[in-house]
Amino acid sequence: MQAPVAADHGHTSSTGISNTKLAMWVYLGSDCLLFGSLISTYLLLRHRSVGGPTAEELFDIPFTSVSTFVLLMSSLTMVLAVSALMRHDVRLNRIWLGTTAMLGAVFIGGQVYEFTTFYREGLGYTTNIFGSAFYTLTAFHGVHVTVGIVMLMSLLGMSFRGNLGPERSETVETIGLYWHFVDIVWIIIFTVVYLIP
Amino acid sequence: MAIIERPSDTLALPPGAGVARAPLGVFSRPRAKTGWRSWVATVDHKKIGIMYGASSLFFLVIGGIEALAIRAQLAAPGQKLLSAGLYNQVFTMHGVTMIFLVVMPMGAAFMNYLMPLQIGARDVAFPRLNALSFWTFIFGGIFLNTSWFLGGGADGGWFAYAPNTGVIFSPSHGMDFYAIGLQITGIASLVGGVNLVVTVLNMRAPGMTMMKLPVFTWMSLVTQVLLVFAVPVISVALFLLTFDRLFGANFFNVQQGADPLLWEHLFWIFGHPEVYILILPAFGIVSEIIPVFSRKPIFGYPFMVFSGIAIGFMGWGVWAHHMFASGLGPISVAAFSVSTMFIAVPTGVKILNWMATLWGGKITFTTPLLFSIGLVAMFTIGGLSGVTHAVAPADTQQTDTYYIVAHFHYVIFGGALFGFLGGFYFWWPKVFGYFLNDKLGKVHFWLTMVGFNLAFGPMHILGLQGMNRRIQTYRDGYGFNFWNLVATVGAFIIALSVLVFFVNIVRSKRAADLLPPPGPDPWDGRSLEWSVPSPTPEHNFDDDPLVVHFDDWWHRKYQADETGRVVKVHEPEEIAMIGDGSRAHLPAPSYWPIVMATAFPLIGYGLIFNLAISFVGAVVLVGSMVGWALEPSDDEDQPPHGHHDEGGDGDDGDHVAVSLEGNEVTVGG
Repeated sequence: MQAPVAADHGHTSSTGISNTKLAMWVYLGSDCLLFGSLISTYLLLRHRSVGGPTAEELFDIPFTSVSTFVLLMSSLTMVLAVSALMRHDVRLNRIWLGTTAMLGAVFIGGQVYEFTTFYREGLGYTTNIFGSAFYTLTAFHGVHVTVGIVMLMSLLGMSFRGNLGPERSETVETIGLYWHFVDIVWIIIFTVVYLIP
Repeated sequence: MAIIERPSDTLALPPGAGVARAPLGVFSRPRAKTGWRSWVATVDHKKIGIMYGASSLFFLVIGGIEALAIRAQLAAPGQKLLSAGLYNQVFTMHGVTMIFLVVMPMGAAFMNYLMPLQIGARDVAFPRLNALSFWTFIFGGIFLNTSWFLGGGADGGWFAYAPNTGVIFSPSHGMDFYAIGLQITGIASLVGGVNLVVTVLNMRAPGMTMMKLPVFTWMSLVTQVLLVFAVPVISVALFLLTFDRLFGANFFNVQQGADPLLWEHLFWIFGHPEVYILILPAFGIVSEIIPVFSRKPIFGYPFMVFSGIAIGFMGWGVWAHHMFASGLGPISVAAFSVSTMFIAVPTGVKILNWMATLWGGKITFTTPLLFSIGLVAMFTIGGLSGVTHAVAPADTQQTDTYYIVAHFHYVIFGGALFGFLGGFYFWWPKVFGYFLNDKLGKVHFWLTMVGFNLAFGPMHILGLQGMNRRIQTYRDGYGFNFWNLVATVGAFIIALSVLVFFVNIVRSKRAADLLPPPGPDPWDGRSLEWSVPSPTPEHNFDDDPLVVHFDDWWHRKYQADETGRVVKVHEPEEIAMIGDGSRAHLPAPSYWPIVMATAFPLIGYGLIFNLAISFVGAVVLVGSMVGWALEPSDDEDQPPHGHHDEGGDGDDGDHVAVSLEGNEVTVGG
């Protein structure tokens, strides 16, 4: 039940959590299994390549560390966006939403650059089994980030049309949940794929 | 195609804006209450439930024809009715159809229709998403079946073991249709799962605590939680297969170092919870039917609930018993052997509780009860053969024989389908307002029972004699001839029983006008769906029911008198909610769910044949997302009857607003 509507009708949800937020939590639980399966697949297959460039030859840890840092910072700005709206500061909310989306876009840009570089160095999607597993896992994460950016841009659009006041702070919070989840998944991917040899 | 239908309802206040708003200028708000448009645009959980049921029966006929083709081919040794290649397609599509397009949606039909009624809600948490799940499912099912006309059906078995499903061994487009089609029905299941989990947790009527939920609702919750967590695993497996087949990835390419066990693990981590997804709704249905016809409350309610939850948890720890023959190593085999034996315990608790509910009850042997007892008996046989699979050395002998085929038909047909058929007879008067004929129903039951046991009982023997599954024929002289013929006869008796069921539906409908209507509570039921008229009005409840007891409806009808004897204090007609829904506020219908659902098969065809079609699908998908988001979930040109709603601009999510004013729920006594 949306907060304003619930206020109108005096009807609260049985758990006290709104339907939309609960649905997001359930969906994120489901997404854990999606990434769990993809990461397991990667772990099983990464050292089984028959020839071709390997992870050790390609990875540029300092570069990926920077883009990881950028994505982590976007979680901070996301929190600031929610907090600003809760404090009725619509202008600051827009600034932080925009910053979050921009940081996400920088991360995606980094991923595109990384993919391009790897491809130039000889790792295509079909080159070896590491290539298939690596590109699939990281691209699935990239698609999640992109969807997040689209949702943030939609929030910005709503805000500029005057539809995102403090009474909607829960909507921002719910999309924030998704954003933080995608960041946490990246921490796992960064550790498992890039840092652990 | 802007078609404006003005409500003929004189109760409605004059519309405020005067003009129907057409979001994006594409669709006007659908208003039809009858005719095809009312079904296409509906977000009503009851209509969606009925559509799930109808489509599952439709696919039952398709899957049944495939089954008859298999049995006709195997009726005698060395037959040439189906070629080996065609036989592969027929048994694969039979399995896929029966599991994903018959049993799962049949469960969804009951859950959609009944669960909101049993928790005292007006609708599900996200009515438009509910419509989206249905349309996505039906388009996915149609997509899968169009493969017959576009180069042949899938031919890798329903569990599609790699690398057998690669382009080399399966060059037709069948497996592409399998991978993408199941991906589409997976989207439907996931969306439905999130929706129904939120509904049970959040939309309960005042006083309806978790431990007062009817057992069917509990089993629906467990089922949907399993779906939410199991679907992404097969989604990943299907993505990997799709990428291998269409884009040349190497996930299952053994020459590039792939491990074929990856598919088996991913598939069965989904696949074993899936079998509980198939059976638990039927368990819930039986747990509703048996108490009503024994005139006793369910025996050991908390045990029923917690055994269901236990099955849901343990269902995740037994998947590798499908893989005992794949060389997992002794430690894994031992661990999964033990966990598989353990999962028989909560299932046994359920069997015991059903029998204890019947024990000492005033039993009336109606058709629904017969089917329920059929489930208890047949599922026990299937469960016992299942325990023999838990014993790894025995299982190694049984793997890939007809013994396995016998086992899973006993649990899925003898279990799930028997429960659903009983559920059809039980809730038919609630859903359609007329009874199915009980005499014909009993003919239906006995034909099903006899046909089922003739068809699948002999497969135990055939399997132990060593007859392989998935092979299109067998030689004379192995001793397989007699029992195969018996099984084929049984299969055709099952077909006859399905025919009797359809005849019963048509004849009972015709006879319905001559008979008295069933009234709100024809069986002297126990849960809240019996407190509203039959068929259920669009608004379900006049007001939120106030729940005090488990089996609350029964407690409103019956009370203990001074001597402690239970007596009837109210007739159901006196206390049923027979209002006109004037205090109800319902979510508005929408065309966007069905439009969005068309995008998925378009994208699928495009990936297989021509990316231009995918592009069209993607445009439809994005466009309908925008249209969906911009369309308010409430219809502001249609003020709710009776009271004015100021909160009608909630355009970022579905909601059902329920008016609480003047809560006049009658509590018996």
